[in-house]
Order: sequence, then structure tokens, then C-alpha cells
Amino acid sequence: MAETNFPSVNGPICPIPLVHADTIVMGHGSGGKMTNDLIRLVFQKHFNNSYLAAGNDFALTQVPAGDGRLSISTDAHIVSPLFFPGGDIGKLAVCGTVNDMSMSGAKPLYLTASFILEEGLAIADLEKVVISMQTAADEAGVTIIAGDTKVVEKGKGDGIFISTSGVGWNTSEHNIAGNMAKPGDAVLISGTLGDHGIAILAARGDLGFETNIQSDVAPLNELISDILAETPEIHVFRDPTRGGLATTLNEIALQSSIGIIVHENHIPINDTVRSACEMLGFDPLYIANEGKLIVIAPAEYQQVILETMKRHKYGQNAAVIGEVVDKHPGRVIMRTYIGTTSILDVMSGEMLPRIC
Amino acid sequence: MIHQNFDFSRSFRNPQLVQGVVAEIKKTISRPWTLMEICGGQTHAIMQYGLDQILPAEVELVHGPGCPVCVTPLDQIDRAHAIAQLPNVIFCSFGDMLRVPGSTTDLFMLRAQGAQVRIVYSPLDAVKIAQENPDKDVVFFAIGFETTVPVNAASVLQAKALGLKNYSILVSQVTVPPAMHAILGSPANRVQAFLAAGHVCAVMGFWQYHTIASQYKVPIVITGFEPLDLLQGILKTIQQLEGGKFIVENAYSRIVSEQGNITAQQMISQVFEPCDRNWRGIGLIPMSGLGLKSEFAQYNAENRFQVDHIQTQEPEICIAGEILQGLSKPHQCLAFGTLCTPDHPLGAPMVSSEGACAAYYRFGGLNAEELGK
Repeated sequence: MAETNFPSVNGPICPIPLVHADTIVMGHGSGGKMTNDLIRLVFQKHFNNSYLAAGNDFALTQVPAGDGRLSISTDAHIVSPLFFPGGDIGKLAVCGTVNDMSMSGAKPLYLTASFILEEGLAIADLEKVVISMQTAADEAGVTIIAGDTKVVEKGKGDGIFISTSGVGWNTSEHNIAGNMAKPGDAVLISGTLGDHGIAILAARGDLGFETNIQSDVAPLNELISDILAETPEIHVFRDPTRGGLATTLNEIALQSSIGIIVHENHIPINDTVRSACEMLGFDPLYIANEGKLIVIAPAEYQQVILETMKRHKYGQNAAVIGEVVDKHPGRVIMRTYIGTTSILDVMSGEMLPRIC
Repeated sequence: MIHQNFDFSRSFRNPQLVQGVVAEIKKTISRPWTLMEICGGQTHAIMQYGLDQILPAEVELVHGPGCPVCVTPLDQIDRAHAIAQLPNVIFCSFGDMLRVPGSTTDLFMLRAQGAQVRIVYSPLDAVKIAQENPDKDVVFFAIGFETTVPVNAASVLQAKALGLKNYSILVSQVTVPPAMHAILGSPANRVQAFLAAGHVCAVMGFWQYHTIASQYKVPIVITGFEPLDLLQGILKTIQQLEGGKFIVENAYSRIVSEQGNITAQQMISQVFEPCDRNWRGIGLIPMSGLGLKSEFAQYNAENRFQVDHIQTQEPEICIAGEILQGLSKPHQCLAFGTLCTPDHPLGAPMVSSEGACAAYYRFGGLNAEELGK
């Protein structure tokens, strides 16, 4: 008789179902035992906190003591490839929402995360993403207090989609928002532009050459709180993500009904990013960033803000790049290297294949 | 010869050097002259750096037909759309072509509706896709001037060497010298000198230009794409015009030689041959195209998918032809900024970011005072 792996019992037996411990299958989204195992062995293992351990459909928490306002934000994250130089979709999903809610000057407190997983995803990859999320959450000082998982059929997702929402607590007396820029303000940027977009393109193999560019994906809340500790009177914080610096400045110019002038020779751009862009016909001012901060504040504070940013690890290449004016409301003008003037327009439609 | 630490991008944008050349142009010029920059890349650089703002008013720059996206005729785009919609086709294209509207739709929309449309950075990537998908028909939209034609040729030769039966190209390639003849030969011509396109000449050399310069008595100066390259080219052109000369000069000698890239030229003539070609907005220019030779007919997507019958007319109101020949300015068009905008282009020059109408639309909204000049 041929040897089998079946246990030696007498009589007919049912085949033992495979334990899908390596790969996501539809059953992981069923809500049954497989879902519970996934939550326990992957999510709770790394997002190790009392809110999740309670096992409820909700997390109950206190609003911090004292006067303040809630800052609430939500963001969906898709990126191909899932892992890229300098980060992965997990770090992106935490930093994206942490940064969005921090832009009001709020201190981020809690995150929730929903995962849409594609059948066939390696659970080891999911675990790497979850570990990366916890590392980023630790750095940002936030707790991931609720979550959900769904599974879609093979071909209906792109490995992992993550949607995160966040709650922060804002105690600032000032209204920091996109409509608060005023003529006379200075415009600052925390570092080099275009790194994330070019790192993603390189990771996809689309550049056709190797680069050492790392994505800049990072939580910006500490940099923001450092700036606010020195200079509470900030008018705008904004992170130039999709559409890049040019598109983001245009949004602010429209929201605030002011004009913005930027100086091309003050804008920090990594030489490799600049070369890659010139070869491929992209403009680094339109390429996505995931760890850069635009600060708009009265010009009298620009030096102290610049110095504060330069002291922080995410602001070492910070620069004053322009000023807010009362002319040409809603438009952004660039003084070029050679002293002429050009219009920095918004990006129309898709510039690159999907980036973030 | 080139110093190791020489920073090309910054040195060719040096404000002091730029001011120096502009001062020289002002000193040399004594009357108005009309120059045409042939290539869309030159137009883009002129607009991006605002070179028109620092040139003396006597220099009028008119924008030539050298934007490959702009001059691809509407019926060829409609044929691309017909092929891309076929169920078993993977349609590959340079990114800019996805936005270009045909008579009813664009490739972005078709992709959203389920067509397999892929952006590639080189036709060789499309060959790779054909290798990886033997059960699909992979089609590359081979548009472009002499700059991209060699790589298109290389893709056909590679597909042949690999024995691929599922790779073909939809050809809409054009060449510069016949367009220069067409512009200069027109009774309405205003162009008095050309700034010839450096990248085209890097491939083709400029030996073909001598007869054009002498036949029509126009100076032709080959330029690069940085501010100093362009200004140096304009200076040389003005010097010739003022001095009554009309020769071909090379102001981009770090890249361009008289003979050009012989290997690339051989590759072109191995695969392609001159043919009549329609230019969007201009119409038919005899022998201005490069079509597949008959021995490569199996790689011709027009034959393979039988889309020859698709014929489309340009919108009547659009004066793209006059604009591409430098006869009219974009704002002189009745549809400019109203019926025709970058989001809803009627004609080719409004489509591409290198197109003259799109550039005017973007830069025309502010007057000099607002710009703070």
C-alpha cells in the first residue's frame, strides 16, 4: 500500500483542510475563524495595545483635558510597488494621515486602519507592512485603535490597499489653514522636492537606470510641534503630496485669494532627482512628496522657522523659497534662474502612472 | 574635453551670461526680424524661462510645427483608438499621447473603459511586453520626428530578431526638412530665419539644411534647449540677418555634428522609407513621412488591423495650420480660450504642453504689470 500523509485510522476519513497560513485567501475576509486568526497573529501581535486587545467593534477613549478642538482626517493609500526605497505602503498609510491632521497644528493621537487585501497576497508581506505601520506610529506617537480587513478576489486589488483615519487634538489659538496666507508672508519648504515620486518610478523600473533616491515618507508632526513651540503665529502648514509643490501652492493661492512668488534658485532639489526629471521630461515641482512641509508665516518669523526646521532631521535642507503678495490673486509666479518670470500652473490630470 | 565638475544645467542658465548675450543681441539688431523655432522643446524652453521677456521687441519668435504630439493627424489618432479597443490588443504609447483627443475619445478614457493601454518610455519596452504576452497583439504608437524614429526602427528589428509575430507599430512619423520647405515655399510665409532643433540634428546631422538655406536665402542656426543655447542661436541668426548672410551654423556643437549619428540613420533607412504624410493642422506635406518598408509590412498595425478606412476631418473653426506655420498667433483664433482650452482642445497646438496655443493659454492670463516686470 502506498504511503500517505493521512493519520492511520480505520475506515473512510475526510481530507484535512489546508491551513492557509502563508497566503491570503477569500476566507480571511469571511469574518470567521480565519479572520480572527489573521487579526490575532498579524494585527494584534504588532499593533499591541489595550484598545485592540479588548476585541470590540469600537474603541472608547477620552478627549484630552483642557480647551481644544478635534482635528480629523482620512486618507486612502494605494501604491505600486508595495515596498520601495525609503518606505512601504504601511509607512505611507500612517504618515499620510498623521501629516494631514497635523497640518492644523494638532497633535495626532489615534489612527484607525482599514485593509483591503487581494487574494494571493503573501501573509509575510502583510506582516512586514503591519510592522512598518507600528514603527511609524511609534515615531509619530499615535496609537492604532481600530481596524478592519476585507479580502477581494485576485485581480480586483493591487496587493494591499490601506485606508487610515486619524484624530488629533488642536490647542492652538491660531487658525492654521490653507485660506490664512496673507500678503507679506514668507513661504518656506522643509527640504528637497520630488524624492518620493522619483523613488517610486525607480522602484518600478520605469527609469531605465538605477538611482540612490529614497522616498521622503515621514511623519511631520514633531517638526510641526517644534516650529509651533518657537513661533505660534503660523498661517499655513501644508504637505505637498500629489501634484507636488506647484499644485499645492496654487491651491493655497486660490484658498487665500493671494498671489505667491517663488524663486527658482532657492528651491531645493536633489541633483539625481533633477537629472532623472530632465531625462524623462518631468518637472520636480509637480512630483509627489510624502515627507515635506510648506510653511507660510509672517516674514518676521522666517529666520527662526528656518533655523528650527534645519535643526530637525526632516528639515535639514529647509529653505525660504518665496513670498505671498497681494498681486495676481490665485496664481503662483516663479522668478527663474535667469531673472525672467514664468507661471507655475496646476497639474492637469495624470502626470505619471499611479504613484500614491 | 568637458570638465568633470561642469554643471550643465546650471551653467547654461547663468543669469550673468544670459544678460551678456541679450545685450549683444540688442547691440546687433537694427530692425524687426521674424524667427521660427522649429521644435516644441525649444518653444517649451522659451516659455518656461520667459526668454521672450528679455529679448528686444524687434525679435519676433514664431512657433514651428515641431511637436510630434501636435502634428499627429486626427485620423491616425482615431485609428489608434480603434485598435486600442480591440479585445486582444495591448496598446502601448508614450504618455503624452494618452491625453490627445481623437474625434470622440482619448486613450485615458478607453483605458478606463477596459482597453489595455500602457504607457511606455521606449518602444523597446513594448517589444518586451510582446515577448511576455505571446497570446496578445502588442501595438506601439510610433509617433515622432527623426529623434524617436531610430528607436522605433530598433524595436521592429528587435521584434524580427526575436521572431515575434505579435508586435506591430502604428506609424505616424514625420521629418523636419520637408516641413521647412513647405513653410518657406508658402506664398504667405513670414519666416526669415530658423532656429533648427538640436536633437533632430544630433541624429540626422545638418547636411540637408545647406540647400534650404541657399535656396530660400534664410539663415539656419542649430540650437540646444537651455536658455543660453537658445539665446546664442538667436544672436547668431540676428548677426546673419543683419549682415545679409544665409548659411547653416551650429550653435549646439557639443551634441550635433554635420553628419549626425550614422548608425541611427542607417537603422532608419533599413526599416523606413519616405512617404507622403498628413500633418495635423497643416495637411499633406509630400514625402514628409517615414513609413515601414514593404519587407516589414507584417509589423504595420494599419495593415494588420485594417483601420485604413478611418478618415476624420479637423474642426473647421480651428486655425492650427496657420499657427503651426507662424502665420497667426493663438489669441487671433476665434475659438481660443472659449471653445478651445487645454481641457477641451479643438486643435493640436492646444493639446500638448509644448503646443503654442497651450503655452499662450497658460502664460497669457497675466499682463506684464501683474507679472511684476
